[in-house]
Amino acid sequence: MAEVKVLGAWPSPFGYRVIWALKHKGVKFEYIEEEDHLNKKSKLRLQSNPVHQKVPVFIHDGKPVAESTVILEYIEETWPQNPLLPQDPYERAMARFWIKLGEDKATTLFFAFIRAVGEDHEKATNEWKELLQILEKHGLGKKFFGGEEIGMADLALGSVVCWLEIFEEIVGVKMIEAVSFPRLHQWIQNFKQEPLIKDNIPDRQKLVSFFKHRREAIVAAAKAS
Amino acid sequence: MEEVKLHGAWPSPFSYRIIWALQLKGIPYEYVEEDLSNKSSLLLQYNPVHRKIPVFLHGGKPVCESMVILEYIEEVWPNNPLLPNDPNERAVARFWAKFADDKGLSMWKMFRTEGNEQEKARTECQEMLRQLEEHWPAGKKFFGGGSIGMVDIALGGVAHWLPVIEEIVGVNILDPLAFPKLLKWIYNFKEEPIIKQNLPDQNEMFLFLKKQREILFLSP
Repeated sequence: MAEVKVLGAWPSPFGYRVIWALKHKGVKFEYIEEEDHLNKKSKLRLQSNPVHQKVPVFIHDGKPVAESTVILEYIEETWPQNPLLPQDPYERAMARFWIKLGEDKATTLFFAFIRAVGEDHEKATNEWKELLQILEKHGLGKKFFGGEEIGMADLALGSVVCWLEIFEEIVGVKMIEAVSFPRLHQWIQNFKQEPLIKDNIPDRQKLVSFFKHRREAIVAAAKAS
Repeated sequence: MEEVKLHGAWPSPFSYRIIWALQLKGIPYEYVEEDLSNKSSLLLQYNPVHRKIPVFLHGGKPVCESMVILEYIEEVWPNNPLLPNDPNERAVARFWAKFADDKGLSMWKMFRTEGNEQEKARTECQEMLRQLEEHWPAGKKFFGGGSIGMVDIALGGVAHWLPVIEEIVGVNILDPLAFPKLLKWIYNFKEEPIIKQNLPDQNEMFLFLKKQREILFLSP
Protein backbone atom coordinates (compact mmCIF):
# COMPACT_ATOMS: atom_id res chain seq x y z
CA MET A 1 0.00 0.00 0.00
CA ALA A 2 1.30 3.42 -0.88
CA GLU A 3 2.50 5.45 2.05
CA VAL A 4 0.52 8.48 3.22
CA LYS A 5 2.14 11.11 5.41
CA VAL A 6 0.92 14.40 6.82
CA LEU A 7 3.34 17.02 8.07
CA GLY A 8 1.56 19.46 10.35
CA ALA A 9 1.77 21.73 13.36
CA TRP A 10 -0.63 21.03 16.22
CA PRO A 11 -1.81 24.64 16.75
CA SER A 12 -2.65 25.11 13.06
CA PRO A 13 -6.25 24.63 11.87
CA PHE A 14 -5.10 24.01 8.28
CA GLY A 15 -3.48 20.69 9.14
CA TYR A 16 -6.69 19.46 10.74
CA ARG A 17 -8.59 19.94 7.48
CA VAL A 18 -6.32 17.26 6.02
CA ILE A 19 -6.48 14.98 9.09
CA TRP A 20 -10.29 15.17 9.18
CA ALA A 21 -10.57 14.37 5.46
CA LEU A 22 -8.31 11.32 5.78
CA LYS A 23 -10.10 10.03 8.89
CA HIS A 24 -13.50 10.62 7.31
CA LYS A 25 -12.45 8.36 4.43
CA GLY A 26 -10.70 5.80 6.62
CA VAL A 27 -7.31 6.40 5.02
CA LYS A 28 -4.36 5.31 7.18
CA PHE A 29 -1.61 7.88 7.46
CA GLU A 30 1.48 8.76 9.42
CA TYR A 31 1.34 12.13 11.15
CA ILE A 32 4.60 14.02 11.57
CA GLU A 33 4.68 16.99 13.90
CA GLU A 34 6.67 19.98 12.69
CA GLU A 35 8.32 20.75 16.01
CA ASP A 36 8.57 24.41 17.03
CA HIS A 37 7.06 25.33 13.66
CA LEU A 38 7.21 29.09 14.21
CA ASN A 39 10.95 29.11 14.74
CA LYS A 40 12.24 26.13 12.80
CA LYS A 41 11.64 24.72 9.33
CA SER A 42 12.40 21.03 8.96
CA LYS A 43 14.20 19.66 5.92
CA LEU A 44 11.05 17.75 5.03
CA ARG A 45 8.99 20.95 5.09
CA LEU A 46 11.44 22.85 2.88
CA GLN A 47 11.80 19.96 0.45
CA SER A 48 8.08 19.29 0.20
CA ASN A 49 6.91 22.89 0.00
CA PRO A 50 9.77 24.99 -1.35
CA VAL A 51 7.45 27.74 -2.62
CA HIS A 52 5.58 28.62 0.59
CA GLN A 53 7.63 26.68 3.17
CA LYS A 54 4.48 26.07 5.20
CA VAL A 55 2.58 23.20 6.71
CA PRO A 56 0.46 21.19 6.23
CA VAL A 57 2.20 19.17 3.57
CA PHE A 58 0.74 15.93 2.32
CA ILE A 59 2.96 13.20 0.94
CA HIS A 60 1.53 10.25 -0.98
CA ASP A 61 3.88 7.60 -2.22
CA GLY A 62 6.76 10.05 -1.85
CA LYS A 63 5.12 12.83 -3.87
CA PRO A 64 4.26 16.01 -1.97
CA VAL A 65 1.14 18.14 -2.28
CA ALA A 66 0.98 21.57 -0.63
CA GLU A 67 -1.88 24.00 0.21
CA SER A 68 -4.62 22.47 2.35
CA THR A 69 -7.50 23.10 -0.09
CA VAL A 70 -5.46 21.57 -2.95
CA ILE A 71 -4.70 18.61 -0.67
CA LEU A 72 -8.44 18.19 0.06
CA GLU A 73 -9.23 18.00 -3.67
CA TYR A 74 -6.43 15.45 -4.13
CA ILE A 75 -7.71 13.29 -1.25
CA GLU A 76 -11.26 13.47 -2.65
CA GLU A 77 -10.08 12.29 -6.08
CA THR A 78 -7.72 9.59 -4.84
CA TRP A 79 -10.07 8.09 -2.22
CA PRO A 80 -13.62 8.65 -3.51
CA GLN A 81 -15.34 6.71 -0.69
CA ASN A 82 -17.30 8.79 1.84
CA PRO A 83 -17.29 11.75 -0.54
CA LEU A 84 -16.69 15.25 0.76
CA LEU A 85 -18.08 16.96 -2.33
CA PRO A 86 -21.55 16.47 -3.84
CA GLN A 87 -21.94 14.48 -7.06
CA ASP A 88 -23.77 17.21 -8.97
CA PRO A 89 -21.38 19.66 -10.70
CA TYR A 90 -23.46 22.71 -9.76
CA GLU A 91 -23.56 21.70 -6.10
CA ARG A 92 -19.80 21.11 -6.27
CA ALA A 93 -19.36 24.64 -7.63
CA MET A 94 -21.39 25.98 -4.69
CA ALA A 95 -19.19 24.10 -2.23
CA ARG A 96 -16.04 25.39 -3.94
CA PHE A 97 -17.40 28.95 -3.81
CA TRP A 98 -17.67 28.73 -0.01
CA ILE A 99 -14.28 27.08 0.31
CA LYS A 100 -12.72 29.92 -1.70
CA LEU A 101 -14.51 32.54 0.37
CA GLY A 102 -13.15 30.82 3.44
CA GLU A 103 -9.63 30.87 2.00
CA ASP A 104 -9.70 34.46 0.79
CA LYS A 105 -11.39 36.04 3.81
CA ALA A 106 -11.31 33.72 6.80
CA THR A 107 -7.68 32.71 6.42
CA THR A 108 -6.57 36.34 6.10
CA LEU A 109 -8.56 37.16 9.23
CA PHE A 110 -7.03 34.23 11.06
CA PHE A 111 -3.57 35.70 10.70
CA ALA A 112 -4.75 39.28 11.22
CA PHE A 113 -6.32 38.40 14.56
CA ILE A 114 -3.05 37.01 15.83
CA ARG A 115 -0.66 39.48 14.30
CA ALA A 116 -2.42 42.82 13.78
CA VAL A 117 -2.38 45.59 16.34
CA GLY A 118 -4.22 48.87 16.77
CA GLU A 119 -6.12 50.12 13.73
CA ASP A 120 -5.32 47.01 11.69
CA HIS A 121 -6.79 44.85 14.41
CA GLU A 122 -9.97 46.90 14.51
CA LYS A 123 -10.22 46.56 10.73
CA ALA A 124 -9.88 42.78 11.12
CA THR A 125 -12.67 42.73 13.70
CA ASN A 126 -15.00 44.58 11.32
CA GLU A 127 -14.13 42.25 8.45
CA TRP A 128 -14.79 39.25 10.74
CA LYS A 129 -18.26 40.62 11.45
CA GLU A 130 -18.88 41.12 7.70
CA LEU A 131 -17.82 37.55 6.94
CA LEU A 132 -20.14 36.19 9.64
CA GLN A 133 -22.98 38.22 8.15
CA ILE A 134 -22.29 36.81 4.68
CA LEU A 135 -22.21 33.23 5.98
CA GLU A 136 -25.38 33.77 8.02
CA LYS A 137 -27.32 35.39 5.19
CA HIS A 138 -26.15 33.45 2.15
CA GLY A 139 -24.37 30.31 3.17
CA LEU A 140 -26.20 28.43 5.83
CA GLY A 141 -29.56 26.78 6.14
CA LYS A 142 -28.95 23.06 6.46
CA LYS A 143 -27.14 21.16 9.18
CA PHE A 144 -23.85 21.53 7.32
CA PHE A 145 -22.67 23.27 4.15
CA GLY A 146 -22.62 19.75 2.73
CA GLY A 147 -26.27 19.16 3.65
CA GLU A 148 -27.07 16.52 6.26
CA GLU A 149 -23.51 15.22 6.12
CA ILE A 150 -20.28 17.07 6.72
CA GLY A 151 -18.46 18.10 3.54
CA MET A 152 -15.36 19.84 2.22
CA ALA A 153 -16.76 23.35 2.76
CA ASP A 154 -17.47 22.48 6.41
CA LEU A 155 -13.91 21.25 6.92
CA ALA A 156 -12.43 24.30 5.20
CA LEU A 157 -14.59 26.90 6.96
CA GLY A 158 -15.22 25.07 10.21
CA SER A 159 -11.52 24.76 10.96
CA VAL A 160 -10.89 28.49 10.72
CA VAL A 161 -14.15 29.50 12.45
CA CYS A 162 -13.38 27.18 15.40
CA TRP A 163 -10.01 28.80 15.84
CA LEU A 164 -11.40 32.30 15.38
CA GLU A 165 -13.90 31.55 18.15
CA ILE A 166 -10.92 30.87 20.41
CA PHE A 167 -9.31 34.13 19.31
CA GLU A 168 -12.53 35.93 20.21
CA GLU A 169 -11.98 34.71 23.74
CA ILE A 170 -8.37 35.89 23.75
CA VAL A 171 -9.00 39.38 22.38
CA GLY A 172 -12.25 39.79 24.32
CA VAL A 173 -14.59 40.21 21.35
CA LYS A 174 -17.59 37.90 21.33
CA MET A 175 -19.30 37.74 17.98
CA ILE A 176 -20.55 34.26 17.26
CA GLU A 177 -23.66 34.40 19.40
CA ALA A 178 -26.95 32.60 18.86
CA VAL A 179 -28.90 35.83 19.14
CA SER A 180 -26.99 37.69 16.37
CA PHE A 181 -26.04 34.75 14.13
CA PRO A 182 -28.53 31.93 14.82
CA ARG A 183 -27.75 29.79 11.77
CA LEU A 184 -23.99 30.26 12.04
CA HIS A 185 -24.07 29.51 15.74
CA GLN A 186 -26.06 26.32 15.12
CA TRP A 187 -23.73 25.25 12.31
CA ILE A 188 -20.57 25.67 14.37
CA GLN A 189 -22.17 23.69 17.24
CA ASN A 190 -23.12 20.92 14.80
CA PHE A 191 -19.57 20.98 13.47
CA LYS A 192 -17.85 20.81 16.86
CA GLN A 193 -20.12 18.02 18.05
CA GLU A 194 -19.53 15.82 15.04
CA PRO A 195 -17.40 12.87 16.35
CA LEU A 196 -14.91 13.23 13.47
CA ILE A 197 -14.13 16.77 14.65
CA LYS A 198 -14.62 16.33 18.39
CA ASP A 199 -12.21 13.38 18.58
CA ASN A 200 -9.58 15.02 16.39
CA ILE A 201 -9.11 18.54 17.63
CA PRO A 202 -6.54 19.84 20.12
CA ASP A 203 -7.55 20.56 23.68
CA ARG A 204 -9.19 23.98 23.81
CA GLN A 205 -7.24 25.19 26.84
CA LYS A 206 -3.99 24.18 25.22
CA LEU A 207 -4.93 26.24 22.15
CA VAL A 208 -6.02 29.23 24.23
CA SER A 209 -2.75 29.12 26.12
CA PHE A 210 -0.64 28.82 22.98
CA PHE A 211 -2.32 31.69 21.13
CA LYS A 212 -2.55 33.87 24.20
CA HIS A 213 1.22 33.68 24.61
CA ARG A 214 1.73 34.27 20.92
CA ARG A 215 -0.54 37.32 20.94
CA GLU A 216 1.08 38.73 24.07
CA ALA A 217 4.51 38.43 22.49
CA ILE A 218 3.35 40.19 19.34
CA VAL A 219 1.60 43.03 21.18
CA ALA A 220 4.66 43.52 23.40
CA ALA A 221 6.94 43.65 20.37
CA ALA A 222 4.64 46.18 18.67
CA LYS A 223 4.65 48.42 21.76
CA ALA A 224 8.43 48.23 22.04
CA SER A 225 9.02 49.28 18.41
CA MET B 1 -28.23 21.86 -24.63
CA GLU B 2 -28.85 24.19 -21.72
CA GLU B 3 -28.18 27.87 -22.23
CA VAL B 4 -24.70 29.16 -21.39
CA LYS B 5 -24.18 32.82 -20.55
CA LEU B 6 -21.25 34.84 -19.32
CA HIS B 7 -21.56 38.22 -17.61
CA GLY B 8 -18.18 39.90 -17.96
CA ALA B 9 -16.37 43.18 -18.45
CA TRP B 10 -13.95 43.85 -21.32
CA PRO B 11 -11.07 45.24 -19.21
CA SER B 12 -11.10 42.29 -16.79
CA PRO B 13 -8.59 39.41 -16.99
CA PHE B 14 -10.93 37.37 -14.77
CA SER B 15 -13.64 37.67 -17.40
CA TYR B 16 -11.19 36.50 -20.06
CA ARG B 17 -10.27 33.39 -18.08
CA ILE B 18 -13.80 32.16 -18.74
CA ILE B 19 -13.87 33.29 -22.38
CA TRP B 20 -10.64 31.38 -23.04
CA ALA B 21 -11.94 28.20 -21.36
CA LEU B 22 -15.20 28.32 -23.32
CA GLN B 23 -13.41 28.99 -26.61
CA LEU B 24 -10.79 26.27 -26.01
CA LYS B 25 -13.57 23.75 -25.39
CA GLY B 26 -15.73 25.02 -28.25
CA ILE B 27 -18.72 25.78 -26.03
CA PRO B 28 -21.21 28.21 -27.54
CA TYR B 29 -22.24 30.98 -25.16
CA GLU B 30 -23.92 34.35 -24.96
CA TYR B 31 -21.77 37.17 -23.64
CA VAL B 32 -23.26 40.01 -21.59
CA GLU B 33 -21.08 43.08 -21.08
CA GLU B 34 -21.45 44.61 -17.61
CA ASP B 35 -20.71 48.27 -16.97
CA LEU B 36 -18.79 48.06 -13.70
CA SER B 37 -19.60 51.68 -12.86
CA ASN B 38 -23.30 50.84 -13.17
CA LYS B 39 -23.82 47.20 -12.24
CA SER B 40 -27.01 45.58 -13.50
CA SER B 41 -29.61 44.39 -11.03
CA LEU B 42 -29.19 40.93 -12.60
CA LEU B 43 -25.51 40.87 -11.61
CA LEU B 44 -26.36 41.85 -8.04
CA GLN B 45 -28.98 39.11 -8.00
CA TYR B 46 -26.60 36.45 -9.35
CA ASN B 47 -23.65 37.39 -7.16
CA PRO B 48 -25.06 38.89 -3.97
CA VAL B 49 -21.95 38.05 -1.93
CA HIS B 50 -19.25 39.72 -4.04
CA ARG B 51 -21.24 41.67 -6.67
CA LYS B 52 -18.48 41.03 -9.18
CA ILE B 53 -17.96 39.65 -12.63
CA PRO B 54 -17.44 37.15 -14.09
CA VAL B 55 -20.72 35.38 -13.44
CA PHE B 56 -21.29 32.20 -15.40
CA LEU B 57 -24.83 30.96 -16.02
CA HIS B 58 -25.69 27.44 -17.05
CA GLY B 59 -29.39 26.78 -17.56
CA GLY B 60 -30.04 29.97 -15.60
CA LYS B 61 -28.03 28.86 -12.52
CA PRO B 62 -25.19 31.24 -11.58
CA VAL B 63 -21.63 30.21 -10.70
CA CYS B 64 -19.31 32.92 -9.32
CA GLU B 65 -15.54 33.27 -8.83
CA SER B 66 -13.45 32.68 -11.96
CA MET B 67 -11.42 29.73 -10.60
CA VAL B 68 -14.60 28.03 -9.34
CA ILE B 69 -16.20 28.60 -12.77
CA LEU B 70 -13.17 27.02 -14.49
CA GLU B 71 -13.48 23.88 -12.34
CA TYR B 72 -17.20 23.73 -13.16
CA ILE B 73 -16.62 24.10 -16.91
CA GLU B 74 -13.89 21.42 -16.73
CA GLU B 75 -16.29 18.98 -15.06
CA VAL B 76 -19.33 19.62 -17.24
CA TRP B 77 -17.40 19.76 -20.57
CA PRO B 78 -14.42 17.37 -20.14
CA ASN B 79 -13.34 17.62 -23.81
CA ASN B 80 -10.07 19.47 -24.42
CA PRO B 81 -9.17 19.14 -20.74
CA LEU B 82 -7.59 22.02 -18.84
CA LEU B 83 -6.26 19.77 -16.08
CA PRO B 84 -4.02 16.69 -16.42
CA ASN B 85 -5.36 13.16 -15.83
CA ASP B 86 -2.88 12.06 -13.20
CA PRO B 87 -4.04 13.04 -9.65
CA ASN B 88 -0.63 14.25 -8.50
CA GLU B 89 -0.16 16.34 -11.64
CA ARG B 90 -3.65 17.76 -11.11
CA ALA B 91 -2.67 18.73 -7.57
CA VAL B 92 0.47 20.44 -8.88
CA ALA B 93 -1.64 22.30 -11.48
CA ARG B 94 -4.16 23.37 -8.83
CA PHE B 95 -1.33 24.53 -6.60
CA TRP B 96 0.05 26.81 -9.31
CA ALA B 97 -3.40 27.97 -10.44
CA LYS B 98 -4.09 29.02 -6.84
CA PHE B 99 -0.67 30.65 -6.65
CA ALA B 100 -1.32 32.63 -9.84
CA ASP B 101 -4.80 33.61 -8.67
CA ASP B 102 -3.69 34.68 -5.17
CA LYS B 103 -0.41 36.40 -6.03
CA GLY B 104 -1.67 37.92 -9.29
CA LEU B 105 -3.69 40.34 -7.20
CA SER B 106 -0.44 42.11 -6.36
CA MET B 107 -0.33 43.69 -9.83
CA TRP B 108 -3.72 45.26 -9.20
CA LYS B 109 -2.62 46.44 -5.79
CA MET B 110 0.34 48.08 -7.52
CA PHE B 111 -2.10 49.75 -9.91
CA ARG B 112 -4.37 51.05 -7.14
CA THR B 113 -1.73 52.40 -4.73
CA GLU B 114 1.24 54.71 -4.49
CA GLY B 115 4.21 55.29 -2.22
CA ASN B 116 5.13 52.60 0.31
CA GLU B 117 2.03 50.53 -0.34
CA GLN B 118 2.80 50.42 -4.05
CA GLU B 119 6.41 49.50 -3.37
CA LYS B 120 5.22 46.63 -1.21
CA ALA B 121 2.88 45.43 -3.97
CA ARG B 122 5.66 45.70 -6.53
CA THR B 123 7.92 43.52 -4.37
CA GLU B 124 5.12 40.94 -4.05
CA CYS B 125 4.61 40.97 -7.81
CA GLN B 126 8.32 40.49 -8.45
CA GLU B 127 8.47 37.64 -5.95
CA MET B 128 5.54 35.95 -7.70
CA LEU B 129 7.38 36.10 -11.03
CA ARG B 130 10.57 34.87 -9.42
CA GLN B 131 8.82 31.81 -7.99
CA LEU B 132 7.19 31.07 -11.34
CA GLU B 133 10.48 31.36 -13.20
CA GLU B 134 12.26 29.17 -10.66
CA HIS B 135 9.68 26.39 -10.69
CA TRP B 136 8.64 26.55 -14.34
CA PRO B 137 8.25 22.98 -15.68
CA ALA B 138 11.26 22.20 -17.84
CA GLY B 139 10.85 22.01 -21.60
CA LYS B 140 7.11 22.72 -21.69
CA LYS B 141 5.59 25.24 -24.07
CA PHE B 142 2.73 25.92 -21.70
CA PHE B 143 2.35 25.11 -18.04
CA GLY B 144 -0.26 22.61 -19.15
CA GLY B 145 2.28 20.94 -21.48
CA GLY B 146 1.70 21.05 -25.23
CA SER B 147 -1.63 22.77 -24.87
CA ILE B 148 -3.02 25.55 -22.70
CA GLY B 149 -4.25 24.48 -19.28
CA MET B 150 -5.75 25.94 -16.15
CA VAL B 151 -2.49 27.42 -14.88
CA ASP B 152 -1.84 29.21 -18.17
CA ILE B 153 -5.36 30.61 -18.07
CA ALA B 154 -4.95 31.77 -14.47
CA LEU B 155 -1.69 33.50 -15.47
CA GLY B 156 -3.30 35.38 -18.39
CA GLY B 157 -3.28 38.57 -16.36
CA VAL B 158 0.53 38.49 -16.20
CA ALA B 159 0.76 38.00 -19.96
CA HIS B 160 -1.48 40.79 -21.17
CA TRP B 161 -2.46 43.09 -18.31
CA LEU B 162 0.77 43.41 -16.32
CA PRO B 163 2.63 45.10 -19.22
CA VAL B 164 -0.12 47.74 -19.38
CA ILE B 165 -0.01 48.29 -15.61
CA GLU B 166 3.77 48.56 -15.77
CA GLU B 167 3.51 51.35 -18.31
CA ILE B 168 0.86 53.24 -16.34
CA VAL B 169 2.61 53.16 -12.96
CA GLY B 170 6.08 53.48 -14.46
CA VAL B 171 7.76 50.26 -13.34
CA ASN B 172 9.63 47.58 -15.21
CA ILE B 173 9.21 44.15 -13.66
CA LEU B 174 8.93 41.85 -16.67
CA ASP B 175 12.65 41.89 -17.32
CA PRO B 176 13.63 39.32 -20.01
CA LEU B 177 17.04 38.85 -18.38
CA ALA B 178 15.48 37.98 -15.02
CA PHE B 179 12.52 35.99 -16.38
CA PRO B 180 13.48 34.34 -19.67
CA LYS B 181 11.14 31.33 -19.33
CA LEU B 182 8.22 33.48 -18.30
CA LEU B 183 8.71 35.94 -21.16
CA LYS B 184 8.91 33.04 -23.62
CA TRP B 185 5.67 31.68 -22.20
CA ILE B 186 3.99 35.09 -22.53
CA TYR B 187 4.92 35.15 -26.20
CA ASN B 188 3.67 31.59 -26.83
CA PHE B 189 0.49 32.19 -24.86
CA LYS B 190 -0.49 35.34 -26.74
CA GLU B 191 0.39 33.79 -30.11
CA GLU B 192 -1.90 30.81 -29.54
CA PRO B 193 -4.78 31.48 -31.99
CA ILE B 194 -7.65 31.16 -29.51
CA ILE B 195 -5.92 33.52 -27.08
CA LYS B 196 -4.78 35.92 -29.79
CA GLN B 197 -8.35 36.23 -31.08
CA ASN B 198 -9.68 36.81 -27.56
CA LEU B 199 -7.68 39.60 -25.98
CA PRO B 200 -8.77 43.18 -25.32
CA ASP B 201 -6.96 45.83 -27.34
CA GLN B 202 -3.93 46.88 -25.29
CA ASN B 203 -4.12 50.53 -26.35
CA GLU B 204 -7.76 50.78 -25.36
CA MET B 205 -6.91 49.11 -22.09
CA PHE B 206 -4.06 51.49 -21.44
CA LEU B 207 -6.38 54.48 -21.94
CA PHE B 208 -9.13 52.95 -19.82
CA LEU B 209 -6.85 51.93 -16.93
CA LYS B 210 -4.96 55.23 -17.04
CA LYS B 211 -8.26 57.04 -16.59
CA GLN B 212 -9.22 54.68 -13.74
CA ARG B 213 -5.97 55.42 -11.94
CA GLU B 214 -6.45 59.16 -12.37
CA ILE B 215 -9.93 58.90 -10.87
CA LEU B 216 -8.50 56.94 -7.93
CA PHE B 217 -6.02 59.68 -7.10
CA LEU B 218 -8.19 62.74 -7.67
CA SER B 219 -7.97 64.91 -4.60
CA PRO B 220 -11.29 64.92 -2.70
